[in-house]
Amino acid sequence: MTAQSAIQYDSNTKQLVLRGNWEIGNLSHLQSMLASISLPEKGDISFNGESISKMDSAGAWLILQLQNKLAQKGIQVKEIHFSEQASKLIAIVNEKLEEKTESLEIKKPNMFAIVGYNSITQLNELLSFLAFIGKLTSEAMRLILYPSHWRWGSLSSVIYRTGFQGLPIIALLSFLIGVVLTYQMGLQLRNYGANIFIVDLLGLSVLREFAPLITAIMVSGRTGSAYTASIGMMKLNQEIDALDTMGVTPAELLLIPRIMGLFITLPLLTMWSDIFGVFGGMVMSNNMLGISWYDFLHRFPQTVPLRSFIIGIGKAPVFALIIASIGCFQGMQVKNSAESVGQNTTRSVVLAIFFIIVADAIFSVMFSKMKL
Amino acid sequence: MTHDETIIDIKNLTTKMGGTFVHKNLNLSVKRGEVLGVVGGSGTGKTTLMREILDLTEPVSGSIRVFGHEITTATPKVLLEIQRRWGVLFQSNALFSSLTLLENVMFPLKEHTTLNADSMRDLAILKILMAGLPLDAAYKYPAELSGGMQKRGGLARAIVLDPELIFLDEPTAGLDPNTAAGFDELILNLQSTMGLTIVMVTHDLDSLWKVTNRVAFLGNGVVLGVEPMASLIKNPNPLIQEFFGGQRGRAAEQGYRAD
Repeated sequence: MTAQSAIQYDSNTKQLVLRGNWEIGNLSHLQSMLASISLPEKGDISFNGESISKMDSAGAWLILQLQNKLAQKGIQVKEIHFSEQASKLIAIVNEKLEEKTESLEIKKPNMFAIVGYNSITQLNELLSFLAFIGKLTSEAMRLILYPSHWRWGSLSSVIYRTGFQGLPIIALLSFLIGVVLTYQMGLQLRNYGANIFIVDLLGLSVLREFAPLITAIMVSGRTGSAYTASIGMMKLNQEIDALDTMGVTPAELLLIPRIMGLFITLPLLTMWSDIFGVFGGMVMSNNMLGISWYDFLHRFPQTVPLRSFIIGIGKAPVFALIIASIGCFQGMQVKNSAESVGQNTTRSVVLAIFFIIVADAIFSVMFSKMKL
Repeated sequence: MTHDETIIDIKNLTTKMGGTFVHKNLNLSVKRGEVLGVVGGSGTGKTTLMREILDLTEPVSGSIRVFGHEITTATPKVLLEIQRRWGVLFQSNALFSSLTLLENVMFPLKEHTTLNADSMRDLAILKILMAGLPLDAAYKYPAELSGGMQKRGGLARAIVLDPELIFLDEPTAGLDPNTAAGFDELILNLQSTMGLTIVMVTHDLDSLWKVTNRVAFLGNGVVLGVEPMASLIKNPNPLIQEFFGGQRGRAAEQGYRAD
């Protein structure tokens, strides 16, 4: 192979003899071979292409590159004995290469530019989120007056998918949380012989904090991401534009039913989670702490006030609005590419969970100030 | 340019999709250096045929030989050899949306050659220019390019490894007549300079007249005729007559004859 595709310089005839395969598969081999050949520093030379067996545009490009390099040193190159097809190919590649007069290099922005760019992007996103909320609100206001435009079908399918289909996983997860909490607290309580107080601790922590939070986080992973991905794909597919041109606003058909649907289901899911969280705790207290079902259920209403339950459930609609509005907003922000669907879905889940926890912290401070 | 060497050879191909036969004992061969058009009404399995040659869809039975290798039973190693020798332009371009055009075109080079980065970039830019795109398009993302430019970009990626065989799926669909004519020119130009063999699925009658050497007409699950356009339209088969006999068919024919 080497003997055939060799590039040889004959200093007597001033000829560079090219042989063999000048194809892309062979190109890096040819390049390294060219680098090891010493060419004269002055005077004209000719390229002999007589024994080139095959050449493609990559081979032609390599020959031209060599010619240009030599031309810079003031050496003129003559092509001799190239086949007609090869010369034609070289001519065409050369013509194209001349179009490429200056090489386009993209300037890398410096650090300050990047920081500035990112800040502006974030700010713009915040502004467009506010605009999105504003638009949705005005849409909702408009729709209140026209009950005929309410999309009961969409709403019920959203409730079915986000609520009903989420029941098993929420139940399982809450049950396990109840078990884990009881186990950890029970170990401590047993040391003091205060077994029965598990009912107070478990009731308060599950009803007030764990059930709403776990449910909201679970739902933002299940539903918020689904909202972003499905709306994002519709945006890519121009379905959203199609709706707009048909005089149906996407808010009316797609966004408001999704937000309303979750607004309805999340408190219900939270309640469901309350039940299974407490049930998990009850099973564990029975097994580990020896508290009978009767004792547990007898003490529960005495020590856990209704207020706790209402506070827990009361947070759910707020979380629902956070999850659904961020999910829909990120979906509407999808632009042009499949990559963007992925990015926005990630953002949707991360932002939703972030804001859920922020909101929960605000609630805690607020309730403690109000002495609830 | 046309040699007698057969580059694709399809024998007794049978394909079933969703319970119905798409191809029934279909035979077709493509010779080196020719431009073969594949036409037929909707649902006659043109794209399916192309997908089967590309080993994207599995036929029920039959043999497909590309470059002398049986595609349906090829080992991954043989398949890779073949894949390096062909280029494909999909109907929707299939440019990777997360990469710039330049990165898209460089992608096959990165995967299949050991060139250094500068050479790869220069070769990719060469192919972008050969596909008739301006240089500044190279640094744009596919979504920022117009439909016609995306097609050209897809073609640049298909020819970057200097393949011997190119598949074009509806290359001029969705382009305006001017751009479509330009694209036809481009295909012809590349074909003559690079000595390509081209298999082209198309509905565009103008392309068929202008670019192809032979046209295979698919219908009833078989190839009803493989002939140059001028003789294909005289084929008495009623399906072929119906296809080319319409007003648009005649208009395209007259336009071509007038040239």
